Amino acid sequence: MLDIKNLHVKVGDKEVLHDINLHIGEGETHVLLGPNGSGKTTLLMTIMGYSQYTITEGKIVFKGEDVTNMKAHERAKRGVGMLFQRPPTISGLKLGKLLSAISRTKTEDIPELAKSLHMDKFLERDINKGFSGGEIKRSEVLQLTIQNPDFIMLDEPESGVDIENISLIGNAIGSLLEKDKHIAKRQKSGLIITHTGYILDYLETDRGHVMCDGQIKCHGNPREILKDIKQHGYKECLECRNP
Amino acid sequence: MSQPVKLPEISKADRERLAQTGIDLEMKNRCGRYLQMDQDVVHAECAEEGIEVLSYKKAMEKYDGLKEYAWKVVSPEKDEITKYVAAQKDPKGYVIIAHKGTNNIFPIQACLFLGREQIQHVHNIIIAEEGAELHIISGCSSGEHVGTGGMHYGVSEFYVKKNAKISFTMIHNWSENIEVYPRSASIVEENGVFLSNYVCMQPVKKVQMYPTATLKGANSVARFSSVVIATPGSYMDLGSRAILEGPGSSAELVTRAITKGGTILSRGHINGKTAGTRGHLECKGLILKDGLIYAVPEIEGSVVGTELSHEAAVGKLAREEIEYLMSRGLDEDEATATIIRGFLDVKISGLPEALQKQIDASIDEAEKSGF
Repeated sequence: MLDIKNLHVKVGDKEVLHDINLHIGEGETHVLLGPNGSGKTTLLMTIMGYSQYTITEGKIVFKGEDVTNMKAHERAKRGVGMLFQRPPTISGLKLGKLLSAISRTKTEDIPELAKSLHMDKFLERDINKGFSGGEIKRSEVLQLTIQNPDFIMLDEPESGVDIENISLIGNAIGSLLEKDKHIAKRQKSGLIITHTGYILDYLETDRGHVMCDGQIKCHGNPREILKDIKQHGYKECLECRNP
Repeated sequence: MSQPVKLPEISKADRERLAQTGIDLEMKNRCGRYLQMDQDVVHAECAEEGIEVLSYKKAMEKYDGLKEYAWKVVSPEKDEITKYVAAQKDPKGYVIIAHKGTNNIFPIQACLFLGREQIQHVHNIIIAEEGAELHIISGCSSGEHVGTGGMHYGVSEFYVKKNAKISFTMIHNWSENIEVYPRSASIVEENGVFLSNYVCMQPVKKVQMYPTATLKGANSVARFSSVVIATPGSYMDLGSRAILEGPGSSAELVTRAITKGGTILSRGHINGKTAGTRGHLECKGLILKDGLIYAVPEIEGSVVGTELSHEAAVGKLAREEIEYLMSRGLDEDEATATIIRGFLDVKISGLPEALQKQIDASIDEAEKSGF
């Protein structure tokens, strides 16, 4: 599904990601862990195609196609999607109108899908204006459900979400990633940034990576890595800085 | 002077231009109409009982010169425009009177069409008597054959009586060689509501106006909203003023202005003269191409207990918003147009749905061509 090779990324004059290599197969969901400021969100935004992140070296291959120089909408059309941690507020743009624009033709399902995520009353509201943490995430999941990407990046899907909403969001993300399907038939892939790991109670993941100072330092079983981080913090990662 | 253009002569293209201003020559969902082509009054009629749509001349004859209303809220000496209109021996324009307690569900459409004339002049008087509710959509357009340019001088006087309401929605669709000088003012009495909406998405050489509402009555309300785009060569000097005299009176002045190379002067003035009054002025501008947006918000309070505020902001499209929509699959042009459409979305409290839809449709039409 996704192959990142030798990726170097600059923001302004500063290189922030160094030599990233990552392979995510079809049907797999990976977890990206790491301390604040380590470059996790930068990696996701780079994969999405945000223009402020300049790829200076390496490439991103999606479904066998080199997408390194493609704009965000071209990647989205090929099946890349993202749940943003802090999406912008867009004054005057109604959530319902954006959903129609995303779905293009199949708009009849929108009211029902909105209802399933308790967002039916938000369709006439400006995107993210005055939304609570949970509402923002439900709006993001709703947009992704309609967009129906093959590869879904989730930037801290549980942040700012209360206990009640986390199961709703977790289960919705689970179905986006086809967790209800047999592992052999699963075609959707994902990459999740999480700090707390709560989201992992609702969906199984296949592999974990730890990012430190713009580099992926180690890989392994996601629960095991998370357990270790919960016990020791990122101390060992920090030690990785100067091996 | 050339002969005024006649209704059957309106070309298909001009009919479409008129339709963009909300004017429906077939009169669907309209309860009455006034149509003036150049200086020729083609229609002045209303099917609704208790609401009169008269030509200015006929109204003067019928109501003995409308002494209480004509030139009472706009002074004929105000400027060159009003002097020109006042000096006309054969005055044009319309008088609309909603008699006591009447209510028009479908709006009256007033269409002022400039076909050939160099200067089109009108003097309009609009009266909503006690408890009446009157909705007017005024579409102003010029024909494709106005070659050398033209000017529109329009004086409008509004009277909103006790517990009455007037909404006046003006949609302009002039062209690059037309200059427009509306001069209008209103008086709003106790519990009266005056809504004034202005939309101009199309090129115009010059528009200059500064409508004023004097809120004389207790708890009277005025809301002005303007949604405009200035293309290169367009010069739009727009303002609105509310004078809060009645206790508990309030006003809201909202502007959304976009320049694509033209000039917009966005003025606004709220004067709180009485305790218990409230006013808010808001101007948001977006510069898409180098041009000018000059916002001049003024608030003036002279007594304890008046609460006035303003916010003005001029900026650019946020890259983050465009890319957010691109990440959902919209290309850059679609994302940009979607954000601009959102920016221009102004919902006017108290406006009938049909008129809000008309305003939305007029902005949607501009969206189709990517603004």
